[in-house]
Amino acid sequence: MNNIFAIFKREFVGYFATPVAYVFIVIFLFLTGVFTFYLGSFFERNQADLQPFFNFHPWLYLFLIPAIAMRLWSEERKSGTIELLMTLPLSTAQAVIGKYLAAWAFSAVALALTFPMVLTVNYLGDPDNTVIVAGYIGSLLMAGGFLAIGSCISALTKSQVIAFVVSVVICFLFLLSGFPLVLDFFKGWAPQAIVDVIASFSFFTHFDSIKKGVIDARDMIFFTTLIAFWLYANVVTIEAKKAS
Amino acid sequence: MTTLIEVSELHKRFGILHAVNNVSFNVQRGEVLGFLGPNGAGKSTTMKMITGFLEPTGGTIRVAGHDVQDEPIQVKRRIGYLPEGAPSYGEMTVQSFLEFVAEVRGVPRSQRQDRIRDVIDKIHLESVVEQTIETLSKGYKRRVGIAQALLHDPEILILDEPTDGLDPNQKHEVRLLIQEMAADKAIIISTHILEEVDAVCSRAVIIAAGRILFDGTPTELQARSDMHNAVTLIVDPATAAAAETALNGLDDVERVERIAEQGDQVTLLAVPHAGREIITAIGETIHRNNWAVQSLRVESGRLDDVFRQITMPHSTEGQREFSNRAA
Repeated sequence: MNNIFAIFKREFVGYFATPVAYVFIVIFLFLTGVFTFYLGSFFERNQADLQPFFNFHPWLYLFLIPAIAMRLWSEERKSGTIELLMTLPLSTAQAVIGKYLAAWAFSAVALALTFPMVLTVNYLGDPDNTVIVAGYIGSLLMAGGFLAIGSCISALTKSQVIAFVVSVVICFLFLLSGFPLVLDFFKGWAPQAIVDVIASFSFFTHFDSIKKGVIDARDMIFFTTLIAFWLYANVVTIEAKKAS
Repeated sequence: MTTLIEVSELHKRFGILHAVNNVSFNVQRGEVLGFLGPNGAGKSTTMKMITGFLEPTGGTIRVAGHDVQDEPIQVKRRIGYLPEGAPSYGEMTVQSFLEFVAEVRGVPRSQRQDRIRDVIDKIHLESVVEQTIETLSKGYKRRVGIAQALLHDPEILILDEPTDGLDPNQKHEVRLLIQEMAADKAIIISTHILEEVDAVCSRAVIIAAGRILFDGTPTELQARSDMHNAVTLIVDPATAAAAETALNGLDDVERVERIAEQGDQVTLLAVPHAGREIITAIGETIHRNNWAVQSLRVESGRLDDVFRQITMPHSTEGQREFSNRAA
């Protein structure tokens, strides 16, 4: 536990030691603003809620989260610090979890800085704030899912660019797995049961119900299982590289 | 004597490359083992396996009685490790980096600052503690890497090229430091610099193409040289020819070479048959013939030559180079 915390602290502080954190946060806030007010027609809808704000989160995360995750392990491998890290007396799982939590906490900070949205909508009208809280929880969980995928992919390669591109593609598949784009690929040959399972992986479907204020245990379980699975794969990847 | 590191029948393959091939050795407390070998010989790979960063393809490693595969955390706790190239987190300051390592190393909070100050003093990092590591020179980066390895006062130190990139003064300091710590630790260092083996190591292991080719003391290593106990003498041109014939006539002399001629000085090198000692006989010959000898010296055998002989057995380059240097 202490080890996880030590790694977490180092990583989290590390984000703010370089311009990366500030650039990321500024871009994230700028884009959420643009999407909400222009593409999401926040004002024209004349409704006191944050649906137009949350609607675009999956798309923003598709590109921004892999950008946070790509450096998690690739950079360590590239600079050789992975050798330092993995010869310290800690388990691979502790290192993976510590780094992951730091990245997740960082994306939580970025998300928390969108609070002016909440103030605005409360000033303009009388929204259901429990729905907004649910939306934030859902958004954070989805970010966590994307991050876990990105972290695992980043452990596979020295190159941050490759890590980024591959992560975006995999996240994209998870995002759209409920849509014909992905399902048609399987429908031809896979049995219906498998197609249904794949369809149930869709981040969109799970995020959709949460952001409408329905906190269903199944959606929670989906995201936590997904995160656990990818982090486990992350540990396995790093262990496998030891033996190669 | 306690054996702190036991490596037996270690193998590592990377695809078709057999990087480490049946390597076995032990290191006792109090020993400083110098790992020598050409680039790509398998030195770093062996070190990476001892520290648990790479998994061996075959063989076992025990560190202070713990198997590296079965109890990696126990092993890692006892080792201080400077990886090849001294990697560290560039965006951190020296102080915060050392704090991070001390924390993960489990140095109790109450002792952490004292330990860090101690190590900073020892390695002379005072002037850069608040600088970020990426702004440091190569020499300082290396020293931060060494500092990091000493924080928890480990029983076992594994240093991959600890003096690479340091200036001669810094090299000297690091060697002194290693000697100071040697008494109650088992230390492995890898190096290309042969004088370093002479200066700090109590034992030398030469490894090339993944195999151990030599394991012994630096003195034994020198004795392996053709030039061990060879004698160089400088005489004037008039006596040179007579001296050459006379020395060639001695029983234990294998050959005499004229290695340099310069003005009124001729340098002769008498090489003994392996393991023989010829200086006494040569001294008597000189005395008997009453030659005017300007210089007389016994060679102890150069480590460079032995190194070349051992790692490239079919090359004669070692000898040619020796001649050039003696000139």
